[in-house]
Amino acid sequence: MSQDRLHPGIKIAYVNARLLDPATGLDALGGVLTEGETIIEFGAGLFRDSVPEDAKVIDCQGKCLCPGVVDMRMHMSGENVNTTGAAAVAGGVTTAVCLPGIKPVIDDPSVVEFIARTARKAGLVKVYPYGAITKGLEGNELAEMGMLARSGAVAFTDGLRSVANARTMAQALSYAATFGLMIVEHAEEPSLSEGGAMNEGETATRLGLPGIPREAEAIIIERDLNLAKMTGGRLHFAHVSTAQSVELIRRAKDAGITVTCDTAPPYFALNETAVGDYRTFAKLSPPLRCEADREAIVQGLRDGAIDAIASDHSPKSEDLKRLPFADAATGGLGLETLLAVTLELVHNGHLGLLEALGLITQHPAELLGLPAGRLKVGAAADLVLFDLDVGWQVKEELLHSKAKNTPFDGRPLQGRVLRTVIDGRTVFEL
Amino acid sequence: MNEMPFDPSQFPLPHLLGIEGLSPVDISLLLDRADEYVGVNRTRGQMLDTLAARTVMNLFFEASTRTRTSFELAGKRLGAEVINMSVSTSSIKKGETLIDTAMTLNAMHPDVLVVRHGSSGAVKLLSEKVNCAVINAGDGSHEHPTQALLDALTIRRRKGRLDGLQVAICGDIRHSRVARSNIHLLNTMGARVRLIAPKTLLPAEVERLGVEVFHDMKAGLKDCDIVMMLRLQTERMASGFFPSVREYYHFYGLDYAKLEAAKPDALIMHPGPMNRGVEIASDVADDIGRSAIREQVEMGVAVRMACLEVLCSNLDREDAR
Repeated sequence: MSQDRLHPGIKIAYVNARLLDPATGLDALGGVLTEGETIIEFGAGLFRDSVPEDAKVIDCQGKCLCPGVVDMRMHMSGENVNTTGAAAVAGGVTTAVCLPGIKPVIDDPSVVEFIARTARKAGLVKVYPYGAITKGLEGNELAEMGMLARSGAVAFTDGLRSVANARTMAQALSYAATFGLMIVEHAEEPSLSEGGAMNEGETATRLGLPGIPREAEAIIIERDLNLAKMTGGRLHFAHVSTAQSVELIRRAKDAGITVTCDTAPPYFALNETAVGDYRTFAKLSPPLRCEADREAIVQGLRDGAIDAIASDHSPKSEDLKRLPFADAATGGLGLETLLAVTLELVHNGHLGLLEALGLITQHPAELLGLPAGRLKVGAAADLVLFDLDVGWQVKEELLHSKAKNTPFDGRPLQGRVLRTVIDGRTVFEL
Repeated sequence: MNEMPFDPSQFPLPHLLGIEGLSPVDISLLLDRADEYVGVNRTRGQMLDTLAARTVMNLFFEASTRTRTSFELAGKRLGAEVINMSVSTSSIKKGETLIDTAMTLNAMHPDVLVVRHGSSGAVKLLSEKVNCAVINAGDGSHEHPTQALLDALTIRRRKGRLDGLQVAICGDIRHSRVARSNIHLLNTMGARVRLIAPKTLLPAEVERLGVEVFHDMKAGLKDCDIVMMLRLQTERMASGFFPSVREYYHFYGLDYAKLEAAKPDALIMHPGPMNRGVEIASDVADDIGRSAIREQVEMGVAVRMACLEVLCSNLDREDAR
């Protein structure tokens, strides 16, 4: 790896790091050299003996240094790009993709451009937008996918709504394939989930809350798998939450259907008992499921049936959460706990460290075609330095989001972000 | 009533939000005390001053006449000041308003808030924002603890016990807070509970609450000591829970023919208000020998007196700390 003269700017040498790159399987003591915004050299054993004289040195003290976390799904509604950005970088997230369910809805190219521009100006997390599948997310007319893609939308989704009409979904899959982009579906049959407040089952029955059956998810997954087969479209399911969903997708993959999926930390780290005594911070969409479902999600992450982990970050103000459970908004914070909760899978022995990191770096970046998620000479210097072992507890006052609605409130976690670097600049330091 | 070995401080909670979680001792404490009040209530001209200078506020977000009146009377019989806050259901839809209302009322320093709300968990949420005692007078489909207590007192006085009795609860279990509170109470006190309803009116995995489930009324009523009927809200028909009142009555309305399966001395209960000819035949409801429906109303006042007294006494202990 040669020095490159084309990158002006200061050089920074990250020395004495446990260098981790899921894309290449690299896990070794080494270093990274950045110049300006770019990685110009990295590798095992780099800087073991000497450091370039003109470089500023950051001693990583043997801690883990890896590509910045790529979050393939977050909501920006309710907060501005600065608070969201601060939350992201505190969680080691350097690239995030935001859902179209903001105001205005991302169904127009000008909105796509606006979001990218605002995020660039804030200089924190790099934000890419999803485009809407249908105008106004209403499930009727297709949004201008081609134009949205041209102006920067990385894929299409109607956010927390399934495209209820099968014909519309078939056309969306087919039309999006024209531009080589994928459709990301929130799988939930609306006629079954309508009015539901949490997972259907014993807990909902005890609490006297209307339930959302697991089958609402499976029905849309089965329908869409058929539509993907029919149209040849590229299909991805967002936040799968049930054992049956994982099994359906696993089988579809085996059958050669081009389908992928992700899940979010609540679905492998929590179950419906987190709702406890009407804790609205645990009111999510899809709802937290039962323990057997949680175990199946873990298994799906282990065997590759699930391709990625997204934060599902969704800030909700007190006014929207301090309500009777059925009236409270769905959604929980996720950016600041994404890495640490994912590391639980490593500490619990379910995944190797590189496997786990791949689910939040390389895989989501590849699914969406983002220039991120791996260490590469010439690529943007987006890095996260973290302590794999240090313990901490999720507490309201530690969170950078304006809203505090984390479903992991009070949870002890192991592994914490020490420093986040975006385009060569340190944007977060513990 | 001086030599009674009643110690209200034995009740371990600041609020009465539900039956789930109460121990047999807690329940018996309330029932025993309520039993004493039945006699007091039957004596004309008796007025106690147990709760003199106490303020009880009835805060009903859902329309109710009988429960509200019952609490009002219970408070007054104990000498408390009782205020009824009528909250129009149309203006109160949002929970911010619920919290706001709670804060406003709390600032007036009531001793007890008696709250009914259409959303499950709403009364608990409210209880977290106030520093007085809160009694749940029904929250959504969750719990209605004083109803279960008055049902238990009615049964205990008629049958002499709760332990070992076979109790059938029939009707719209899915949407019923009365059913949930009764299931918890009866199970805790050692009775055996059966639920009888069409599948659409049963919540998911309800058998996990420790009940036996029946869809055939005669099979479910067989050898039962107690038959508890629930009110069927005919609005549910529009949402497809059952096809017609006629069909519902045919399969799940309590008439003498179906009642034959129960024990000859089986007691018939209903939390009211009844839909005659929908879930219960008029002649069965009015059968003086078997129906305890009016007695339930009487027990309601006594049970609520006991609850108010116990929670107020806990307030004193809180203040002392």
